[in-house]
Amino acid sequence: MTSTSETSGSGRAVGADLERADARAKVAGQAPYAFEHPVENPCYAHAVLSSVPRGRITSVDTGAACREDGVITVLTYENAERLASTDDAELAILQEPEVAFHGQIVGAVIAETPEAARHAASLVRITYATEPHESELKPDENELYRPDSANGGADTDSMLGDLDAAMEAAAADPEAVALDETYVTAMTHCNPMEPHATIAVWQGDELTLYDSSQSVHGHRDTLAEVFGIDRGRVHMICPYVGGGFGSKGEPHAHAVLAALTARAVPGRPVKLALTRQQMFTLVGYRTPTYQRVRLAAGADGRLTGIGMDAVEQTSRIKEFAEQSANPTRTMYAAEHRRTTHRLAHLDVPVPSWMRAPGECPGMFGPEVAMDELAERLGMDPVELRIRNDAPVAPETGKPFSSRNLVACLNEGARRFGWHGRDPRPGVRRDGRWLVGTGVASSAYPVNRVPGSVAAVQYVGEGRYRVDIGAADLGTGAWTVLAQIAADRLDVPLDAVELRIGDTALPKATVAGGSSGTAMWGSAIVAAARTFRERHGNDPSPGDHAQAETPGNPHAERFAMHAFGAQFVEVRVDADTGEIRVPRLLGVFAAGRIINPRTARSQLVGGMTMGLSMALHEETVTDPRYGLLVNHDLANYHVTANADVRSIEAHWIDEDDPYVNPLGIKGIGEIGITGTAAAVVNAVRHATGVRVREVPVMLDKVLNGMS
Amino acid sequence: MKPFRYERATDAEHAVATVAAHPGAAFLGAGTNLVDHLKLGITAPDLLVDVSRLPLDEVAETADGGLRVGANVRNADLAAHPAVRARYPVLSQALLSGASGQLRNLATTGGNLLQRTRCAYFQDPSTPCNKRDPGTGCAALEGWTRYHAILGASSHCVAVHPSDMAVAMAALDAVVVTLGPDGERRIPVTDFHRLPGDAPHRDTVLRHGELITAVELPGLPWATRSRYRKVRDRASYAFALVSVAVALDLEDDGRTVREARIALGGIAHKPWRAERAEQALRGLPATEENCRTAADAETADAHPLRDNAFKIPLVRNTLAAVVRDLVPETPSGSLEGAR
Repeated sequence: MTSTSETSGSGRAVGADLERADARAKVAGQAPYAFEHPVENPCYAHAVLSSVPRGRITSVDTGAACREDGVITVLTYENAERLASTDDAELAILQEPEVAFHGQIVGAVIAETPEAARHAASLVRITYATEPHESELKPDENELYRPDSANGGADTDSMLGDLDAAMEAAAADPEAVALDETYVTAMTHCNPMEPHATIAVWQGDELTLYDSSQSVHGHRDTLAEVFGIDRGRVHMICPYVGGGFGSKGEPHAHAVLAALTARAVPGRPVKLALTRQQMFTLVGYRTPTYQRVRLAAGADGRLTGIGMDAVEQTSRIKEFAEQSANPTRTMYAAEHRRTTHRLAHLDVPVPSWMRAPGECPGMFGPEVAMDELAERLGMDPVELRIRNDAPVAPETGKPFSSRNLVACLNEGARRFGWHGRDPRPGVRRDGRWLVGTGVASSAYPVNRVPGSVAAVQYVGEGRYRVDIGAADLGTGAWTVLAQIAADRLDVPLDAVELRIGDTALPKATVAGGSSGTAMWGSAIVAAARTFRERHGNDPSPGDHAQAETPGNPHAERFAMHAFGAQFVEVRVDADTGEIRVPRLLGVFAAGRIINPRTARSQLVGGMTMGLSMALHEETVTDPRYGLLVNHDLANYHVTANADVRSIEAHWIDEDDPYVNPLGIKGIGEIGITGTAAAVVNAVRHATGVRVREVPVMLDKVLNGMS
Repeated sequence: MKPFRYERATDAEHAVATVAAHPGAAFLGAGTNLVDHLKLGITAPDLLVDVSRLPLDEVAETADGGLRVGANVRNADLAAHPAVRARYPVLSQALLSGASGQLRNLATTGGNLLQRTRCAYFQDPSTPCNKRDPGTGCAALEGWTRYHAILGASSHCVAVHPSDMAVAMAALDAVVVTLGPDGERRIPVTDFHRLPGDAPHRDTVLRHGELITAVELPGLPWATRSRYRKVRDRASYAFALVSVAVALDLEDDGRTVREARIALGGIAHKPWRAERAEQALRGLPATEENCRTAADAETADAHPLRDNAFKIPLVRNTLAAVVRDLVPETPSGSLEGAR
């Protein structure tokens, strides 16, 4: 294999198992999060949310709120400043009396303390003329439409050959299998530990925002447009983020509210933090999905047809089409193929990114279906997947830049002790526990997002400043970008002074799509090379250079994806149906790993979130009110330590010379893909109960066992 | 939250007199539930009398061989108390299954009894709730009811009591000791919490200004054979879907039930003492089959809601499992093991 990638500098830092650069500051409470930045004489805003799912405000009474001690003013659509752009209906708050979902921002109280603001917000009286609403995804009842495209520019539909004919042929052949099942995933919410918070400071028509963000430049650009001011006059600062998972990838309405409220109190910064409950309607979520999966296979297990029809919801005021059929287009070879996305417009909060949008839910149905197919064929599910590995991208015919799904399956099987597994469901018992194992594949595309710029400056005494407006959500960017810079400048790690998280720094793309390290890192590689070309190895203080993430000459030639395999052991209580997970083991092939410690943390975090999707996470809609009922962490359960005993994440060495100069594929999201299917498959193996919807709560198992 | 005055009580009598004289006053213990309610707007007292520093933090022996637990004894401390662990394992286990380590370090015995339902509608002032705002209706009745009652509910309220500790105490026939404006009262814990009826805003029989000072656990030598089992999807930090507290007194054959104490959690507006089940087991061998029959006797009048019919078989299976653990020689479950 010819390699076009460059050698990686001295190689001293990249690949080293280093602790997080920001670990000590975070543990010591010295890393300021958005709400904590010190500003002079702040006041506090608290959002007032709609209590009806659809309608029109008929009256606003702010009298009681305004009379409270410490209240400065109350904003509603009646008195809020007009925004320059209302094109994005999610962000166009306090402009009109219309209400589009339960929990939409309809007002805000500004007060001297957060307590006074919150209390006064509860005293704002708003009456509504309600209109009939529809807030629950029910594919048989909703009116469905075909979006123009899906998130990330994914095609809405794809079709090759004749899937219906392949299914009919398989159904008619007693040796073959035609499987046609529907799988369901729940509505879920990101729930980062750090709530969404913004401090807004206006100085004339210059706006500074301290905002918890995955993209300071992206948020800045959007807010500049909303307020109709030049981008250069909007500054965003965000050195640390307490988790985002996609919910901080795009600016949401609270950031606009912070800036709007600060306009109303000239000369004073406004601090705004959402409550956990408010986060359920204001910062995006993952749509529920209904996935009709069709598989046609011969007796040898080879697929002749694959189909995935995804039905999802979006908000009536703004479209977000989760690309759940996307992974089916890449995973397995088959001649006859069909994928579709259909949406229902509902009176619901605006869905958005949640870790591996599309790829995560879209790896649930098909990977459970593969398990069902293996069972019906009497074939080992690892073997079935290996047999259907795609030699080239199934829809485009392009070769993969590298594809190591089979290696991951084999390595995972070896490490897990899969071989010799008794395939019979519901026959292993250890005391009160029914024991089973399951497997599923993982996959995530290599996303390319152009436009990041890095700058390198020599500051003297052997030290280099490396600047890029990147974001570290807790993922490790502070650490790994410095590692990359050190090697590419051929200097020790501690000679690098990295600065990120500020629009004063060169522009960086979003920490999303698992693209951050690759895109920002490639810009740093280019900037370091430009610096050395221009200034040599003995620069003078002040010498500097900058460069942009280069285009990829191989982009059109290859399909580029990371792959993986996940193995799960579950124990199901025979009396209660309670599910506990002794072992979760993943093996991934995701290009070069920059820092094993932060990488393992990312992969284990993704797998944990996948386990959480499998067993616990579900936002419950009450369709009578359009209300997300369980909107706090007591009622919306996220998997915790006691639910799983051992989680292992491994990777195989993968040298992909085509993805980018660093050979990085991205690891932020692949860990969550496939996990839920592996868990559900293990529950089937343990109990004999085949559950086709997640989360698998104990009653679904109990009902099947009794 | 609405602004309120705060007073720190220095003695119980004064605290009782202060709250009794002030209709908008409330006692503040550790605040692990009340402070949430202040923030959410579920309640809005204008005076909080902090009783958490009153010297009610002793666990003492009583004349009948039981224990008197001060109202301010922390949940973590009570769970770890050697006498509780040795003599009332069901109580220690129940306490340890509740909340999180951090909360158990704060939460008090009195406060645990007085915690309010976690019904999602009760906690959301945008919805109707007779418990929060009497007369507005019950949003849960035809709503999300996975965590709601199957026994003893009414058309006014289908919420459940969230405590684990109180379920164990119900099985142990504990007595709640209170101090009110008219002096001390002793209330069996099984009578302490109410069924909702048409007044679900009243969780307990406490009168305004009446303060819990202690809980007495009667001497019960055979409570050493006792156990608490909490069933939930998430292994920690989750409220019970169903919980079962059992203490068994066996005949000399080690098999036949002389007396049983059974209480259920997660299924009613109060910790549910399962007297029918106790009656059904008395004098019979503690077999799985007999346990299932006993559980079915208890849930014969159950009225499941949209999302919680599974609690009926869950009570049945869990009671059988707990008794199996307490009487090890009982034949194991109905599903055949193959390994």
